[in-house]
Amino acid sequence: MIEYRIHGRGGQGSVAAAYLLAAAAFEAGFTCQAFPAFGAERRGAPVMAFVRIDDKPITLRSQVQAPDYMIVQDDTLLLDPNLINGLKPGGAMLVNSRKPTAHFAERFDTRVVAFPATELAVEVIGKPIPNTALLAAFLALTETVPQSALVAALKGRFHGPVLEKNLALIEKAAKAVEQGAWKEMADA
Amino acid sequence: MREALEGSLAIARAVALTKPDVVAAYPITPQTHIVENLSRLVADGNLHTEFVSVESEFSAASVVLGAAAAGARAYTASASQGILLMSEVMFNIAGLRVPLVMTIANRSVGAPLNIWNDQSDTMAVRDAGWIQLHCASNQEAVDTTIQAFRIAQETDLPVAVNMDGFVLTHTMEVIDMPTQEQVDKFLPPFEFAGALDPANPRSMGTLVDPSFFPEVRHSHHAALGKALAKIVEIDAAFKKVFGRAAGGLLTVEGDKKAKVGILAMGSVIGTMLAGLEHYQGEVGPARIIKLRSYRPFPAKALREAVKGLEKLVVIDRAISPGLGGLLGTEVSAVLSTLEKAPKVYNYALGLGGRDIPETMYRDLLKTIEDRKAPRFAVFDADLDKLPPEDR
Amino acid sequence: MAKSDTSKRLSELRMKHGRPPASPSEPKAERAATLREAQPRFRGLESGHRACQGCGEALAARLVMEGAGPDVMVANATGCLEVFTTPWPQSAWRVPWIHSLFENSAAVASGMESAMKAKGKHTKVLSFGGDGGTYDIGFQALSGMLERHHNVLYVTYDNEAYMNTGIQRSSSTPHAASTTTSPAGKERMGKRHLKKDLLSIIAAHHIPYAASASVAYPGDLQRKVRYAMGVEGPTFLVIHSPCPLGWKHDSAMTIEVARRGVQCGLFPLVELERGALTNIMPIREPRPVADYLELQGRFAHLFNKNDYRAQEELDHLQALADHNIETYGLRGEGLDPVDSTGAGHVRRGGPLAGRS
Repeated sequence: MIEYRIHGRGGQGSVAAAYLLAAAAFEAGFTCQAFPAFGAERRGAPVMAFVRIDDKPITLRSQVQAPDYMIVQDDTLLLDPNLINGLKPGGAMLVNSRKPTAHFAERFDTRVVAFPATELAVEVIGKPIPNTALLAAFLALTETVPQSALVAALKGRFHGPVLEKNLALIEKAAKAVEQGAWKEMADA
Repeated sequence: MREALEGSLAIARAVALTKPDVVAAYPITPQTHIVENLSRLVADGNLHTEFVSVESEFSAASVVLGAAAAGARAYTASASQGILLMSEVMFNIAGLRVPLVMTIANRSVGAPLNIWNDQSDTMAVRDAGWIQLHCASNQEAVDTTIQAFRIAQETDLPVAVNMDGFVLTHTMEVIDMPTQEQVDKFLPPFEFAGALDPANPRSMGTLVDPSFFPEVRHSHHAALGKALAKIVEIDAAFKKVFGRAAGGLLTVEGDKKAKVGILAMGSVIGTMLAGLEHYQGEVGPARIIKLRSYRPFPAKALREAVKGLEKLVVIDRAISPGLGGLLGTEVSAVLSTLEKAPKVYNYALGLGGRDIPETMYRDLLKTIEDRKAPRFAVFDADLDKLPPEDR
Repeated sequence: MAKSDTSKRLSELRMKHGRPPASPSEPKAERAATLREAQPRFRGLESGHRACQGCGEALAARLVMEGAGPDVMVANATGCLEVFTTPWPQSAWRVPWIHSLFENSAAVASGMESAMKAKGKHTKVLSFGGDGGTYDIGFQALSGMLERHHNVLYVTYDNEAYMNTGIQRSSSTPHAASTTTSPAGKERMGKRHLKKDLLSIIAAHHIPYAASASVAYPGDLQRKVRYAMGVEGPTFLVIHSPCPLGWKHDSAMTIEVARRGVQCGLFPLVELERGALTNIMPIREPRPVADYLELQGRFAHLFNKNDYRAQEELDHLQALADHNIETYGLRGEGLDPVDSTGAGHVRRGGPLAGRS
């Protein structure tokens, strides 16, 4: 079972990202589970969402305390060094940031990749919603779930111009990171 | 067809498959997505029903009461404060023996305000006279929802389908969604012999004085007793059409030969099964009893299910302050007639959405190894957070 | 609208008396009589029930049921009407009838009506409540039902207090009336607050039709019921229904008490369509409120010659009646067959009783 934790701020689509990742995993033949740590917060408040994927039924329903991977949609959340708590040794973290990867690699004792997903989203879809770009980059890094599965998941959720723009976005985003860089971990 | 779906969407689609005549609901977290999804199905022309957007849960319950009494298949959903606002009507619906279905997206009851999951809401209406079924997964929730409509009309009793708020309602997971053909094969059109009809006028809800009231209550109690067999029978009929059952009155899972058991209702069962897999090496195996039918209470099946157990942990997802756990107390009561009843340890867990980790399995079993383990506790309460006088 | 315009308009409207005014949205079309119309004398509420002698509510309910006909179903709030008509195993109802709770009859009726819609049936749903179940505890459900535009005729039998529980004040109890929770005593002159102007609140929902009626004018009452029955959408009728026990008047005087209530202006008979006043029953010669109040024990403390407050309260009630007469333009203009004197004669079945 692989466990994921997605951090973001209300309005960035963290829950949608979790659902998309789970749906993509399902398209790729896995069983999946995705849910938010739902709060009473409004836009801008820190939010979390969790994903589990496995090749057998998932019974565990607790929040993901020890993720294999983290996706951080807003780098200001990392101002709290405890955000990364629980990330498994040998785990990895994808951060949406304009800052270089090295900036985070210095501060956090884990594998990390930084990637300016918001800027890419603004450029391609005209809206600062980084979630699909991050997912595409994340799938490219891990290669657990193929990009085609994310395409299928997006098609299940969006239609028309929104879908078209997001498909263009994920194609660009997937090429912006090193293919398969985290692959061996995902296989482990 | 297997799909990855959010629980609330799956429930809305399951309800649509039963072709309800009237749906009335008022939004409340965490039930909201169910009503929203139903509204969306109606707006897109995928559900043809009289959708009544009421001004309160009180009216939601009253509208479905009136609709079902007038011969319509009716559905509503609520949670928490909404259930308590409905409670007067809930007693009435059951007392009038009106068959309808409600989803309860289980949530705590304030004060203090808390929007997260536990089962205080449904426990607060346990004496309303409804059939109360609990679901451990979204698959069970979908299947139980469809079964509930048949149970309701075959027993002339309202059915509440409980699913843990957020933990199930907001969780996307893989669900085998029934097809319309399957549901049509399983669920006959709505029929209510006692329905209001100008061609055969009938007075419902009359004044009943002491000369007949105990008999009315007895017949209601007896009807719930008879529903035990119906729940089993309808689950079996469901299996014939869909190839899977939804848990009858209760299911025994985990290690069936274990001397220690854990009994619970709802989604915590899954976490206990995961805990069993991970920690049985450390604390030993447990028999996991998944109670699906809380009302009617399956005393006989329960006595059967605990045979051979020495200790039984009963998890309550609610508390009756001044007593402890209601489920635990009731389980103790029905097991008290056994010659060799297991020792019952009743622990309230995960109140107000406190996360129940996998390690809980280990912690529970470790705790009851101690001869002096408490028979009731709010198990995951951190007393250090309280001033000494409140501990 | 200027005052003279109002009275001109109202005087025109008065000429419409005796026949249902066509709804602004749906002009009356030629069609075959429905089951309802074919049996205008159908008795939905039978005699033999257990109401007190001279019960205004029982009379009002019988008149409503006669006007409504057999193709109806009723949701009844908790109250006297429910209790005295259905002591199990007996029932005085000849139509499908359900009682659920005190405060939800409008919501239950909403559900019944939704069921009829879903099943493509046209049975009209009636919702009944007393003033307690309507003005007070059931008010929210009623407002919701009106706003959602259910095809329901809501009738409130207004006897101006909680009679079922033994005469406690409601928000419909008139100012200065003595009840068990607003008793007159050394410090108090009965209820200290005004009777809630429910009809205006109902009218503010802009429903197709809302009206007040009185058991003293059965022909007028049934005309209003029949008109409401023909409207597709929510309609509302408040019926002034004296309670001999609660109002402390002679059981034989129910009709006279009700009539004086109208004739003094304290209970104006009006009709509103989409929130606008479209009809009134003119008062031929307004009587002093004392004529109405003196028949009732609940106002006995207002006739204590040795209490200066009594005259103050009488004056106050007279001012309220005068205000109603002014506001609704109730003052009659000469002989009118359907004013508060002319309409007092029961003309059941005659042209003035509302057949078109």
